Amino acid sequence: MKPKEEKVKIITEEFIEDGEDADEARQKKTSKVPRQKRKKQLLAAGPEEMVPGKSHVDNQQDSMHEGSDTRLFGMTSRRGPRSLPPIPSASRTGFAEFSMRERMREKLQAARSKAESALLQEIPTPRPRRLRSPSEKELETEFGTEPHREVQRTQQEDDAQGYSRVKFQDSVRKIKSKRPVPPGFPSAEEAYNFFTFNFDPEPEESEEKPKAKSRHGTNQEEKEGEEEEPPMQEGVNKTDEEELLDGRDAEDLLLGLDHMAEDFVAIRPADYESVHVRLQMEKELLFIPSKLTVPTYKKLPENVQPRYLEDEGLYIGERPQVPRTNQNIVENRLLAQEPGRRWFGDDGRILALPNPIKPFPSRPPVLAQKQDTKAELETLYKKAVKYVHRSQHLIGSGDPPGNFQLDIDILGLIFTHHPCFSREHVLAAKLAQLYDQYLARRQRNKAQFLTDKLQALRNAVQMGLNPAKTPKSVETTPKAINEYKSEIRQTRKLRDAEQEKDRTLLKTIIKVWKEMKSLREFQRFTNTPLKLVLRKEKVDQKADEEAYEAEIQAEIHELLEEHTEEYEQRMEEYRSAQQQWKAWKKAQRAKRKKKKQAVEEHPEEMMEEPDPGEEPVKPVPPEPPDWAVIEQQVRERAAQSRRRPGEPTLVPELSLAGNVTPNDQCPRVEVLRREDVKRRSLYLKVTFNNKEVSRTDSRPLGADFRVHFGQIFNLQIFNWPESLTLQVYETVGHSGTTLLAEVFLPVPETTVVTGRAPIEEVEFSSNQHVTLDHEGVGSGVPFSFEADGSNQLILMTSGKVSNSVAWAIGENGVPLIPPLSQQNIGFRSALKRADAISSIGTSGLTDMKKLAKWAAESKLDPNDPSNAPLMQLISVATSGESYIPDFFRLEQLQQEFNFVSEEELNRSKRFRLLRLRSQEVPEFRNYKQIPIYDREIMEKVFQDYEKRLRERNVIESKDHIDTHRSIVAKYLQQVRESVINRFLIAKHHFLLSDLVVEEEVPNISILGLSLFKLAEQKRPLRPRRKGRKKVTAQNLSDGDIKLLVNIIRAYDIPVRKPTTSKFQQPSRSSRTFSEKRATSPTTHSPTHGADYPLGQVLVRPFVEVSFQRTICHTTTAEGPNPSWNEELELPFRAPNGDYSTTSLQSVKDDVFINIFDEVLYDVLEDDRERGSGIHTRIERHWLGCVKIPFSTIYFQARIDGTFKIDIPPVLLGYSKERSVIMERGFDAVRSLSEGSYITLFITLEPQLVPGESVREKFDSQEDEKLLQATEKFQAECALKFPNRQCLTTVVDISGKTIFITRYLKPLNPPQELLDTYPNNPQATAELVARYVSLIPFLPDAVSFAGVCDLWSTSDQFLDLLAGDEEEHAVLLCNYFLSLGKKAWLVMGSAVPEGPTAYVLTREQSHYLIWNPCSGHFYGQFDTFCPLKSVGCLIGPDNIWFNIQQYDSPLRINFDVTKPKLWKSFFSRSLPYPGLSSVQPEELIYQRTDKAAAAELQDRIEKILKEKIMDWRPRHLTRWNRYCTSTLRHFLPLLERNQGEDVEDDHRAELLKQLGDYRFSGFPLHMPYSEVKPLIEAVYSTGVHNIDAPNVEFALAVYIHPYPKNVLSVWIYVASLIRNR
Amino acid sequence: MAAAGPSVFLLMVNGQVESAQFPEYDELYCKYCFVYGQDWAPTAGLEEGISQITSKSQDARRALVWNFPIDVTFKSTNPCGYRPQRVRAGRVWERRGPRLRSGARALLTWPHSCLKTCFRHKKIIPMFVPESTSKLQTFTSWFMGRRPEYTDPKVVAQGEGREVTRVRSQGFVTLLFNVVTKDMRKLGYDTGPLDTPGVSGPRVPQGLPR
Repeated sequence: MKPKEEKVKIITEEFIEDGEDADEARQKKTSKVPRQKRKKQLLAAGPEEMVPGKSHVDNQQDSMHEGSDTRLFGMTSRRGPRSLPPIPSASRTGFAEFSMRERMREKLQAARSKAESALLQEIPTPRPRRLRSPSEKELETEFGTEPHREVQRTQQEDDAQGYSRVKFQDSVRKIKSKRPVPPGFPSAEEAYNFFTFNFDPEPEESEEKPKAKSRHGTNQEEKEGEEEEPPMQEGVNKTDEEELLDGRDAEDLLLGLDHMAEDFVAIRPADYESVHVRLQMEKELLFIPSKLTVPTYKKLPENVQPRYLEDEGLYIGERPQVPRTNQNIVENRLLAQEPGRRWFGDDGRILALPNPIKPFPSRPPVLAQKQDTKAELETLYKKAVKYVHRSQHLIGSGDPPGNFQLDIDILGLIFTHHPCFSREHVLAAKLAQLYDQYLARRQRNKAQFLTDKLQALRNAVQMGLNPAKTPKSVETTPKAINEYKSEIRQTRKLRDAEQEKDRTLLKTIIKVWKEMKSLREFQRFTNTPLKLVLRKEKVDQKADEEAYEAEIQAEIHELLEEHTEEYEQRMEEYRSAQQQWKAWKKAQRAKRKKKKQAVEEHPEEMMEEPDPGEEPVKPVPPEPPDWAVIEQQVRERAAQSRRRPGEPTLVPELSLAGNVTPNDQCPRVEVLRREDVKRRSLYLKVTFNNKEVSRTDSRPLGADFRVHFGQIFNLQIFNWPESLTLQVYETVGHSGTTLLAEVFLPVPETTVVTGRAPIEEVEFSSNQHVTLDHEGVGSGVPFSFEADGSNQLILMTSGKVSNSVAWAIGENGVPLIPPLSQQNIGFRSALKRADAISSIGTSGLTDMKKLAKWAAESKLDPNDPSNAPLMQLISVATSGESYIPDFFRLEQLQQEFNFVSEEELNRSKRFRLLRLRSQEVPEFRNYKQIPIYDREIMEKVFQDYEKRLRERNVIESKDHIDTHRSIVAKYLQQVRESVINRFLIAKHHFLLSDLVVEEEVPNISILGLSLFKLAEQKRPLRPRRKGRKKVTAQNLSDGDIKLLVNIIRAYDIPVRKPTTSKFQQPSRSSRTFSEKRATSPTTHSPTHGADYPLGQVLVRPFVEVSFQRTICHTTTAEGPNPSWNEELELPFRAPNGDYSTTSLQSVKDDVFINIFDEVLYDVLEDDRERGSGIHTRIERHWLGCVKIPFSTIYFQARIDGTFKIDIPPVLLGYSKERSVIMERGFDAVRSLSEGSYITLFITLEPQLVPGESVREKFDSQEDEKLLQATEKFQAECALKFPNRQCLTTVVDISGKTIFITRYLKPLNPPQELLDTYPNNPQATAELVARYVSLIPFLPDAVSFAGVCDLWSTSDQFLDLLAGDEEEHAVLLCNYFLSLGKKAWLVMGSAVPEGPTAYVLTREQSHYLIWNPCSGHFYGQFDTFCPLKSVGCLIGPDNIWFNIQQYDSPLRINFDVTKPKLWKSFFSRSLPYPGLSSVQPEELIYQRTDKAAAAELQDRIEKILKEKIMDWRPRHLTRWNRYCTSTLRHFLPLLERNQGEDVEDDHRAELLKQLGDYRFSGFPLHMPYSEVKPLIEAVYSTGVHNIDAPNVEFALAVYIHPYPKNVLSVWIYVASLIRNR
Repeated sequence: MAAAGPSVFLLMVNGQVESAQFPEYDELYCKYCFVYGQDWAPTAGLEEGISQITSKSQDARRALVWNFPIDVTFKSTNPCGYRPQRVRAGRVWERRGPRLRSGARALLTWPHSCLKTCFRHKKIIPMFVPESTSKLQTFTSWFMGRRPEYTDPKVVAQGEGREVTRVRSQGFVTLLFNVVTKDMRKLGYDTGPLDTPGVSGPRVPQGLPR
């Protein structure tokens, strides 16, 4: 757009011009200057604006304003130019150039307009119209006129400018189109032409173009540059100085120059300082170091010779390359600036570190393609590539996807020997080989190197010898000099050897060449183009000779020195030897003298005495070194190994310039050979990791035995290359190929990438034997060059493959190399250190001392960077900086992670609480919401815990009345704790079944059954039992769990006896007394029948269930065999609201089921009121109770059965109703059992999942075989009868598995029990059973909540005085065994205990089943026997598992000798090994302290009385002392009779004493464990509930002590109401 | 004492169980409960909930949407040990009878960030069920319609004993919840800058390590 406007302006100006034509001529002369100015302006604008299309108009306007703005400024300067001629000289000089630029500018504009035209073509119409729009024109004119109005001169100038432009345009137009300009607007065509016309450049312009173009951008600077010079040449030139200013300013100045400079006042020029002056000043101020080389002496301290460390054989790194001049400048500067500082080394050069630049770039090469920005920004579309993971191909764990590439470039093959070689070829090959060797040697130039080294060493020695000369090298001690000397010797030897080798090689070459020549002559043809030329290099004879002589002299000197040294040494030796010899001689002489005398005296003696020892040889003095001899030697050697002085140096040159004789001139054999060669061709197979990957083309063997392949194989590999082999195959004619040889290529280093790999020649050889019938010499076959066949040679086929192997470079420039991790790095690094390892062995690498020793011995250059890591290692190792501590810290950072210190942790109550809770300490296990602040934690929280800790070992008898019990309780507590702690850990082991509920794998029968069920007919009316849902105990709360007790019916409830009238019947009393054992109460029946009319109510029983102090009772039924069939619901509360399994298991509460008789008394005082009202008082009389522990219910889930009611032995006013004869007829089977029974169903709602015992495998000391057998036995049994209990091993109290029979062993019962009934074994047995039952019962499940069943031995049991069924049963069984009975332990299930242990004894004709906990015994066929099923029998030496169809004791045979009925553990296949018992040999019983028992008795009585008073808070409790004492006397009687049928006797006595009281009460009998159960029992009887106003109470306690502190407690509690 | 400052901090969570992706099931309901440590106590809201039964949507998403709200507030004294964890159990309601089929169960522990930062969290949680122990049992459980399930769904909130089980994921549940805490910083628990910005600085309570 803008360039367009520019054009527009130009066009508009053309109009203006028309009107001003007259001025044209006048202004023409001056036009040149404005043109220049204009050009300048444009040029200035160009670089400044950088916008090609900057509007001209703007530009001009700009300049205009600026002009006016800077007028004042301009005025000052315009004066100068004014006085000058119109065209300044500077301008003139640049004029031609300026005009050139002008043209250039036009060109540019033309080009621009051309681009414009393209646009115009697209929108042709609107453009011209816009051009002509008046507003724009107006603007133009305005622009033109406005300055005119303001400043006249500006107008003029403008005109001039306009003119000049017009003029220019004119000329252009003339050139281009030569069209006349119409006076009006240009036509569209014109405009189009104008913009689109291709300006043909003038020839000279085109030539100048590049130059101008290049200048275009930098014009401004150039101008400045140009104009800088004039002042130098011409002195002060104001204008030019001005022009140094901004281009535009200058232009403005120039604009002003012509016309208006005279109007302003001239101002004095600015100060100027001439360049020369300035330079002068600068010279004074500045120091410019010279570029000249500094002589060495200046750089070194005085009198110091430069020392070249490199020449002395020390390693000096390559110095970085610095241009010589720079170096000189720096040196000069340093010398001038800081002479004190030591900048220079010994060699007079600036100290410098080795060149840090690596010889090869470590960065992958970047493809430096010259791309323009566009290409870089271009997005390339690539098809998505499916990524295939191939890591399985990689060795090791290599995760990066392997796509690596190995480029193998096989150039060619050269045979150094081939069967088809002719003799000449052999020689030629030899020659070539020698020549190669020669070239290699020359390249290495070892001789020269050694010579130089020798020289350096000599210099060093020289310096060391003259320390005055080198004050700096103080360290060159004599030792160092000696070392130097020895080194000189070695070096000289080496050098001599090298020189000799060089010489021999040269000689050999010449010899072979001569041989070849003779051969060629002999055979009269030439096979090889080889030609050897020996070039002689003349040497300066004199200098050479001098050097030679000097060398020899030096050598002689050294040798002489050496010899002198040696001589001196020898001399020393000689002297000492001489001394010795002389001494010896002297001694000898003295001896001889003596001898002589002796001989004179005893001549025969002398003969006997031989010479003592050999006579020392007289030392020969060494010869001093002879100069002449040495010289002779040296010269000889020199002549042998060295070029003679003056002899020209021979340089052999091998060329292939010779001619090969063509075939037709050769003899037949040779032709045949050549034919054969032609028939042969070769190819190579490339094998990678022993797999062929590619092969080359087959190429014919050339006449020169070279094969050129020139093939590159790109191996895409995934594995790290292990081997890379080329196999050389030869094909002869059309016959088969033979494998000539294998060439092993080295795998390239990872730094070797394509393009940088050197071409290597790898030699190969083959051991094949070939004999040919032509001129070819064959291979592996002897042949000779001599005519007579001597000097036989055997040559093998061999050759060289020239190849290069390198890693390819990927597209992005990354080398396709497998990661280093895949390589065996250790192996590689070991290779690098091969020299070290070979010298000290691999173990030395770990032994730093050895390594250091080796490093010192081998004189490793410590400055060599390649040794740096090793040196560092050694220095670290030897200096001992990194010492290894000889202790090991397990958690060295633990301290860091402790967020508070230990004492802080203990001090804070909160932390303590948190810790105790996480340790599951019982007191805090369920502590909730531990407060956040210490202040909120009450101190008493810890009190209990601390007290417990404190009192762990303190026996305290407050709770437990007698001390023994408290000890036992403590002990039990401790055992419990230790066991629990052990099992807390075990509890955290989970089985799948603990976590996941899964259906059992159904077996075929179940599957079949269920399939059968599918086909079964639907019977909607048939009720089906549905299993109850079990509830896990976690999310329960108070009130969720209910205890359901269904009381169905009772049997044989005692019935009331007739009241007062009955009491007067002494006959009855006496009779019953006589029938003490009262097994048949039948005698009562006639009287009863007589006394009571049929249908009269004998008893009105109801049942009250109390649990956790909640009491429910049924309605009242009637008769001795009542049926209630009522369901009672009692809530259950877990202790502390904790419903977890462990907590529930440890609930010790019992369910009491009490049976009462409801008695109505008429309380009417006055018979007259009988008509109007009934006044009755209801009294209830306790008849008996059934006690069921909650734990039993919890574990059994439901209890269903008939239980014997625990009826007190004396039930005043009641008697057993046995009147019905019919009933007796039924009861033949239960003759042994008597008492009342109640049928109950108890369960929990919802059903709780009982905790499971730990099935942990415990340690065992049992034989492994036995344990395996037990497992097998149990598995077999479980398979047959999964519901029957089978027990083989149990856990003892210390947590060890023990075989169960070890518990059974005859043990003596207390002697006093045996003494009681000495003649009645049955009575003794009962007494023993009673004794056992008096030991308190404590279920394991309670004491070891949720843990397991622990079996204690009998002595432990007696010590603890607590245990469950197993312990009781074991003890009882042991007693029975001791009594001589046949007894077994019965494992089975009973009501209400569930799985339990009973004892079976065999009497004469029948079996008895004993309940060890109650002491009762039952016949096998007793229907009321609580044992319901029998799993197995355990004897002292065997276990029998019940494999009979039924398991009820009623229906099974207890004859264990029958193997069909009982599966025995030990049998013929596994005989009883005779296991020793875990029980003690004998039980020792202490007699219980009677006084203590009496004291306990009193205390209990007191406590109970207080309790009863407490329970009756609203009534007065009176104690009838008389009655109490009566009862107290009665209780021992009960104990003696074991509570059996003392009733009537007792009753009579009571009646006698308490005639006018209505008496209700009963004795309770319990084993003693604690006071609490006694209180509970008393409470449950409800005696205290009588609220008759005149009631009195009586309570008596009797404790009968049995041995071993077993106490039998009797409590007689009664209420008395005085009869009126 | 009480005036000196709060002795508990509060954590309020509300949000909803939005939807689930269970490709194998058509009808599901969702049950959630919170597992929390001893120092936590719910103060408001429901700890457990059972949602309605939802059917798979008809569109391509096949989403099971409940939009079942959760709103519960806990108070606690010690955030250590147990943060409240959410266990949720989805079960399949089978059409052929009122038999519950356990479907999927999974666990969400509060991500630690929940305590740190308040406000909105949207989580997509993979759920898992225990696997049958053998192929035969897989078949029979499928046949009988009784898949193995955890005895206690809260097992998934514990780390203990998990090693004996093998589980499989059957789908995802999307949960949205907003978490707000109160007084945590006052009690010395610095959970990041977002918590209670009004408090000038963490006041270390008495007895805490300084």
